Amino acid sequence: MDAANVIEVRGLVNQFGPQRVHDNLDLDVRRGEVLGVVGGSGTGKSVLLRTIIGLNRRRSGRISVLGVDTEAAGRREAEALLRRWGVLFQDGALFSSLTVAENIAVPMNEHTDLPKDVVREICYLKIGLVGLPADAGAKYPSQLSGGMRKRAGLARALALDPEILFLDEPTAGLDPIGAADFDMLIRDLQQSLGLTVFLVTHDLDTLVSITDRIAVLIDKKCRVGTIHELLQDQHPWIREYFHGPRGRAAMKE
Amino acid sequence: MTPEVGWIEGKHERDALVFNAGGAWSMRELARLVREVRAALPSRAALGGRTRARIDLNRLSFLDSSGAWLVADTKRRLEAMGVATEVVIGRPADRALYDRVEKSLARIGVLKSPARPHPLLAALGNVGKTVIDGGKKGGELLSFFGLSLVLIVRAMSMPWRIHFKAVFKHLETTGLNALPIVGLLNFLIGVVVAFIGAVQLKKFGAEIYTVDLVGVAVLRELGVLITAILIAGRSGSAFTAQIGTMKVNQEIDAMQTIGLNPIEVLVLPRILAMMIALPLLTFYADMMGIAGGAVMCMLALDISLTSFVRTLHEAVELKTFLVGFLKAPFCAYIIALVGCFEGLQVSGSAESVGTRTTMSVVEAVFLVIVFDAFVAITLSILEV
Repeated sequence: MDAANVIEVRGLVNQFGPQRVHDNLDLDVRRGEVLGVVGGSGTGKSVLLRTIIGLNRRRSGRISVLGVDTEAAGRREAEALLRRWGVLFQDGALFSSLTVAENIAVPMNEHTDLPKDVVREICYLKIGLVGLPADAGAKYPSQLSGGMRKRAGLARALALDPEILFLDEPTAGLDPIGAADFDMLIRDLQQSLGLTVFLVTHDLDTLVSITDRIAVLIDKKCRVGTIHELLQDQHPWIREYFHGPRGRAAMKE
Repeated sequence: MTPEVGWIEGKHERDALVFNAGGAWSMRELARLVREVRAALPSRAALGGRTRARIDLNRLSFLDSSGAWLVADTKRRLEAMGVATEVVIGRPADRALYDRVEKSLARIGVLKSPARPHPLLAALGNVGKTVIDGGKKGGELLSFFGLSLVLIVRAMSMPWRIHFKAVFKHLETTGLNALPIVGLLNFLIGVVVAFIGAVQLKKFGAEIYTVDLVGVAVLRELGVLITAILIAGRSGSAFTAQIGTMKVNQEIDAMQTIGLNPIEVLVLPRILAMMIALPLLTFYADMMGIAGGAVMCMLALDISLTSFVRTLHEAVELKTFLVGFLKAPFCAYIIALVGCFEGLQVSGSAESVGTRTTMSVVEAVFLVIVFDAFVAITLSILEV
């Protein structure tokens, strides 16, 4: 495995019944980059993310994250690997019976033996880092707005200071200002914490403003390039995605 | 992830405290580092008059936000002791991270530890809160009862407004599908009652009166009570879960915006179906209970079926049956009402659905038994 890659996918095949979603898919994610992952509905963006993090069993292929082959890894190795990435699900997926601070504490309590007061302080640090006010810590997820829930989910994903951050449609459902703020927050945290970001999204504005490269799920495989390379691409779906009315609007800056 | 170990040591000069640190200051090392730092920090007495300190992180190989927190926290503790602290970090990326973390902490401010009330007072407070909440809940349930009565009367006068398809669907799930379990359970209860009665009455040579016992107990009390409790657990909870999930999915809101009355569409059919199903199930339960008793009498007491039936005929009368049977519609109303009420009380989350479902069963069973006891006492006073 190339040391500059944090994730390497080779020959991935995902199939549900008769439907083959990914056919011999290859993908490299480089250390320190923000990779946007796009594709039409049903092309398997979320499936790809879920397969890489182990929530979905692949049909065949090899996936290696941070140098560890995820299928061959033993239990302890797999557990150690889990601590090195964080996942933000759509709408946060916060535990509804715990407060925000307690949510962020869950990975710490599970994987470390830090004393309670230290855990609490670090929870509030993460709350501050994602831009939530201090009083959000004592609130329950049902008491937060959508934007705040996503930030709380992000704080929990960052609880163990991971190296990779997986985001599943983070700006879905946010108003334009909230979405722009969230984009900036991701970019900001990525730079100051040195994260590699795997970002599944539909949001053209996110793609234009914060991604380094974009992986397009096309024909059950991945085509990767920078936004400028993709703008020149002749594939009909890619042309329509980036040069359609919304694409042109997002590009106007 | 660097495998290097994080460390800190104090190498104090005459007029300043100096802490040298290095290695990896990361989440992985944090538990150990916290202990080392706490050990390395001098107490106020050991300061020796020094008012300056320096934390030197030039030998740091790795820093993440948790490590940066620990540095900031150490600085804060020193400054709380009146020691002005300087943090020296070599690499610009680490410095940027540290500054950012410090800024976040300054924004959050000092965390107050959560106030812990005295446990005894908290317990007393909880008792009071439960009583008040219970009273409030009773009031709300009463209003809901009134609302349902009004709508039922209106439905009787305008029968075309009743959603008959829904009524039949609930009749099937609440009544028809419950036949196997209601039958089985009541049969077994009949067996048990006959057995206990037979053992006791045999002492007086009066075992024939087991028939009386079975007949009166099943018809007056057990048939309706066991069935009502069973249906409360089975269908009452289902009503709460169904309506509660609809509430979480905003289906109730959608109904209201279309102009449908949720009580009319959801609650009324359930109440009507239950009020038809439960009495029928009670009748069936009575039969199964007596059948169970009969089987037990045949097997244990050698009472033939014909003599069982003849003795039963003398022991019970229509009144015995009616006392039990007429309780059924009221129990049905209680169960359906409580089930739907709790369903509508569900607030936004999945956990709420679970809590309310539990409460609905407990409340329904409680009210059914209270009602039953009330009827039993009244009838005994009236000598019915």
